Amino acid sequence: MTTNILKVTIDRGAGASSVQSVFNVPAYDNQTVLDVVSWVQQNADQTLSYRFACRVGMCGSCAMMVNGVPRWTCRTHVSKVLNGHEIEIGPLRNLPVIKDLAVDMDPFFDKWVAAEAVHHPSASRKEPIAAVDENSKARVAANAGIECINCAVCYAACDTVTGNPDYLGPAALQRAWTLLNDAKDDGRLAILESVSGAGGCHNCHSMGSCTAYCPNDLDPMSAIAGLKRETFKSLFKRGL
Amino acid sequence: MKAARGITSRAHPLWLAYILHRLSGLTLALFLPLHFWVLSLAMTNPARLDGMLHLTEAGMLKLIEFGLVFLLAVHMFGGLRLMALEWLPWSAPQKLLAAGAAALSFLIATLFLMRAI
Repeated sequence: MTTNILKVTIDRGAGASSVQSVFNVPAYDNQTVLDVVSWVQQNADQTLSYRFACRVGMCGSCAMMVNGVPRWTCRTHVSKVLNGHEIEIGPLRNLPVIKDLAVDMDPFFDKWVAAEAVHHPSASRKEPIAAVDENSKARVAANAGIECINCAVCYAACDTVTGNPDYLGPAALQRAWTLLNDAKDDGRLAILESVSGAGGCHNCHSMGSCTAYCPNDLDPMSAIAGLKRETFKSLFKRGL
Repeated sequence: MKAARGITSRAHPLWLAYILHRLSGLTLALFLPLHFWVLSLAMTNPARLDGMLHLTEAGMLKLIEFGLVFLLAVHMFGGLRLMALEWLPWSAPQKLLAAGAAALSFLIATLFLMRAI
């Protein structure tokens, strides 16, 4: 017999003073983890803090730990993650908790900039738009990683980030890799320099949790492997 | 943080291949001093070395030898897997490679065990 009540355990507060609250939430046939969190906030405890925006897997703001696995909660069906009739929800791993399920994303985005994962213009607006060959090897490599929604699921899944707070992490490094392969980006040297530093791509142990849990089926591990190859090539060519 | 503490997200082939590679390397490194010590007996105490070589006939030692060959195979294929993964621009077959490396290691170790028995 299936039960129609879910036992939902949610991490509350932040840091050492954090506790767990248990809520009984009615189960529905079509219900996402975000629906569960919203039900709790609307019907059981208005003080519950969490973050979401688009509800359709585009904005990347609703990622949380669900039964120990980082997931985008708006596109995660409850039936897929249910443990018996229980579900445990917590804030994303590897990021400072502000309160309850809301984490401070600043370190994540600061590293995005530190990895030179920003646009480096190769031409001004006065020049004609350069043609991009959609079938070139570099463009195919760039296309493989551009659908990142910055949800930080890979960042939360990565044990190397846990072990080394300075590690730039899978998302930022993957964006650096797509820009390195972008014909319209002129930041090659700056990117290679920033990703070969102390917190750069060579920290990666190829554990593959980023690739295993990316909700958009991207492959940051292979992107980082690409950076490793390029930094080595650059070392022999230029002695960077 | 509590929900994150019991992280279960490591249960996937790529992470398991990673940890198998690390643990086999660590165990082999711990074995090496013992290995060199036994070899050194050939110079310092040949009679004792002969005694130890006799020990290898025992069933328990056979099992340990099996483990050693298993670790060596796992570590070697783990290393080859890592080099392929990082130096060859492959993407999709990575999981297959990890699984294949583990399976091949197991096969070789089992063949060795069968021969020993």
